[in-house]
Amino acid sequence: MKNRILERVNARFKDSIESVSEYRGELTLVVRKSDIALLCRLLHDDPELGFDSLRDLCGADYARAADRFEVVYNLYSLKNSFRLRVKVRVDESDLHVPSVCGVWSAANWLERETYDMFGILFNGHPDLRRIYMPEEFEHHPLRKDFPLMGIPGSLSLPRK
Amino acid sequence: MGLGSDSEGFLTTRLDQFIGWARKNSLWPMPMGISCCAIEMMSFAGPRYDVARFGSEAFRFSPRQCDLMIVAGTVTYKMSHVVRKIYDQMPDPKWVIAMGACTSTGGMYRSYSVVQGIDLFLPVDVYVAGCPPRPDNLLQGLMAVQAKIKRGERPGQKEKIYIQETPDLHEKQDSRKS
Amino acid sequence: MTRTPDHAHKLTDQANLKILRALEDQDTSVTFDDALEHDMVLNMGPQHPATHGVLRLLLRLDGETIVAAVPDLGYLHRGYEKLAENMSYHEFIPHTDRLDYLSPLANNVAYVLAVEKLAGIEVPTRAQYLRVICAETARLASHLVWMGSMAMDVGAVTVLLWGFREREKLQDIWDVLTGVRFTTSFTRVGGMANDITDEAVSMIKEFLDRFPENLSESERLLIRNRIFIDRCENVGAVSREDAINLGLTGPLLRACGVGHDLRRDEPYLVYNELDFDVPVYHDGDVLARFYVRMQEMKESAAILRQALEKMPKGPVNAADPKRVLPKKERTYGKMEELIHDFMIVNFGINPPIGETYHAIEAAKGELGFYIVSHGEGYPWRLKIRSPSFANLQALPPMLRGGMISDVVAVIGSVDPVMGEADK
Repeated sequence: MKNRILERVNARFKDSIESVSEYRGELTLVVRKSDIALLCRLLHDDPELGFDSLRDLCGADYARAADRFEVVYNLYSLKNSFRLRVKVRVDESDLHVPSVCGVWSAANWLERETYDMFGILFNGHPDLRRIYMPEEFEHHPLRKDFPLMGIPGSLSLPRK
Repeated sequence: MGLGSDSEGFLTTRLDQFIGWARKNSLWPMPMGISCCAIEMMSFAGPRYDVARFGSEAFRFSPRQCDLMIVAGTVTYKMSHVVRKIYDQMPDPKWVIAMGACTSTGGMYRSYSVVQGIDLFLPVDVYVAGCPPRPDNLLQGLMAVQAKIKRGERPGQKEKIYIQETPDLHEKQDSRKS
Repeated sequence: MTRTPDHAHKLTDQANLKILRALEDQDTSVTFDDALEHDMVLNMGPQHPATHGVLRLLLRLDGETIVAAVPDLGYLHRGYEKLAENMSYHEFIPHTDRLDYLSPLANNVAYVLAVEKLAGIEVPTRAQYLRVICAETARLASHLVWMGSMAMDVGAVTVLLWGFREREKLQDIWDVLTGVRFTTSFTRVGGMANDITDEAVSMIKEFLDRFPENLSESERLLIRNRIFIDRCENVGAVSREDAINLGLTGPLLRACGVGHDLRRDEPYLVYNELDFDVPVYHDGDVLARFYVRMQEMKESAAILRQALEKMPKGPVNAADPKRVLPKKERTYGKMEELIHDFMIVNFGINPPIGETYHAIEAAKGELGFYIVSHGEGYPWRLKIRSPSFANLQALPPMLRGGMISDVVAVIGSVDPVMGEADK
């Protein structure tokens, strides 16, 4: 199965794949940011691979100088019972990532959550607004430079 | 009844006591069930730890018909406005039980979005400790509110009663025997 | 109340406009000439008897029919993922209890399995059977509350009290097994906190002896009830393709005709040695989900019986002193255990650098943990894939075209738990 995936993906996206790794039996592909939507479309539409279920989409802040953030897609193929992880590196200077809402509608709220927590913007998302924090909150909580206890005054409390 | 202010005081205190007795035996809770403590509150209203025998038969979800608000669950900043709005909608006199560790002090969630204790924006009468408190613990909290009403204290009054979770401190609970 | 409501608007006008615009932009086939003439925006606010926690739903109504719906989450967002980055793997176990707080043991099992996969720790068979027992009792407890609250929402209040009566028995079992009624934190990385006692085993057997007839008592009230069936049939239907595309898992997916159950498709623990059926129905509406969950409860009882019979004797913790907490009594007397306890508690278990994703079939669906480790005692990133979050995303298409009274039945069948949806 792993070979079939690599074969299909390499046929069209050879230049976009930055690395392939395997850890504890899980396959991870790191892809260039601009091709993620097309790659996901391929993985979804291909009848043999059939990654029809997006189980999880999240961001991660690695606090490094270049390519600070990562967006991680955990895919599952119901037909083959196979899991695949696709990652995309996002630099702090350009936080735009193509949205995969067109491929899986599950990505809608997951991308909103990633935007809320990290500030990563998704191009082509139908309704990108905050999901967990109130709308007027100005920071992105899961970034490593946001303190755990929050910034005093950033959230309002009713008067006693 | 022209016997002077003494007998008038006698009548009004008896009346107050009667009203207090009626109030404390029919405290209708407004269950502000937010998270895990709400499930223990459901057990508290359930068949085993039956709270209906204390007079709190009607768990009305409409604030206009309740006099006791049991805040059960972690209150976040986003939710605090809603809790305050519902508290304001309740008619006087109203009492508040802060159920669980999260409402008392923020609990195990020392994070950016959790209010570290609802007494930052609500006047609390009884704090019930536990994560979540056992339903019997919450019953003891309810009885503490009843004791407060019996003593004639105003809701939200400065003196607070803290309920411990361990049963062997049961006798030392109430500083004033009622 | 004459207090000036200066806190009255919790959302600024701008934020209110954004969410209202989302409500209006929803894909609907109904248009209005004068928007204010026919439709009404109703706020089923975070505090509501039937929203199963703090879920806020904004509904756009045409009379009684729902034209569009927008859920608003975040009223219980406690910052789990940020908290996880600041505490060791062991310290986070009590936090996992509070995720899906109706089935706390299952969350403990899921988290600990993910950490063990990352760290590469093998757990003895007895502990795996014990974890199966924990997970299945948790599933039973969660489904009992579901049954009670869904029936109560639809109008049958008796079933709520009967469901809670059964749940109280399960909570007594948990009390004897773990020491706590509710938020248990029973599993540890590398095994369990304690072994199961004979008393707990006999209590579970006694519970299982009476459970089928108690369950059928509640079932009989609902399954041929004309009113219940009318309120649930053809309500909130999702098609099979939509269900897969929306990332639904658990009973919702199995009610749409997809026989996907992680216990069978990606067996974890010892499920490959146990014999059980996975109920699948094809209608995709509220009634089908009801049947799926009722059947699942019966299957869980069967799994519990098998697990109790097949559980082997042996140790309940892995023999890995540098990463598995030693027994508490030994730390007070023996030097080695004391040092290991100190190192593990203060510095953590230090799994190798890498990342894993591990999921289990929780009561609501697929509960997964994605953990990134940088070799320290604390996770670098921990993401919780909560089933309720994904299931709630399917609410707008399910509600469209229905009536307000259907909202309650649909939310009851989706069975969201806001503790895990809001993390």
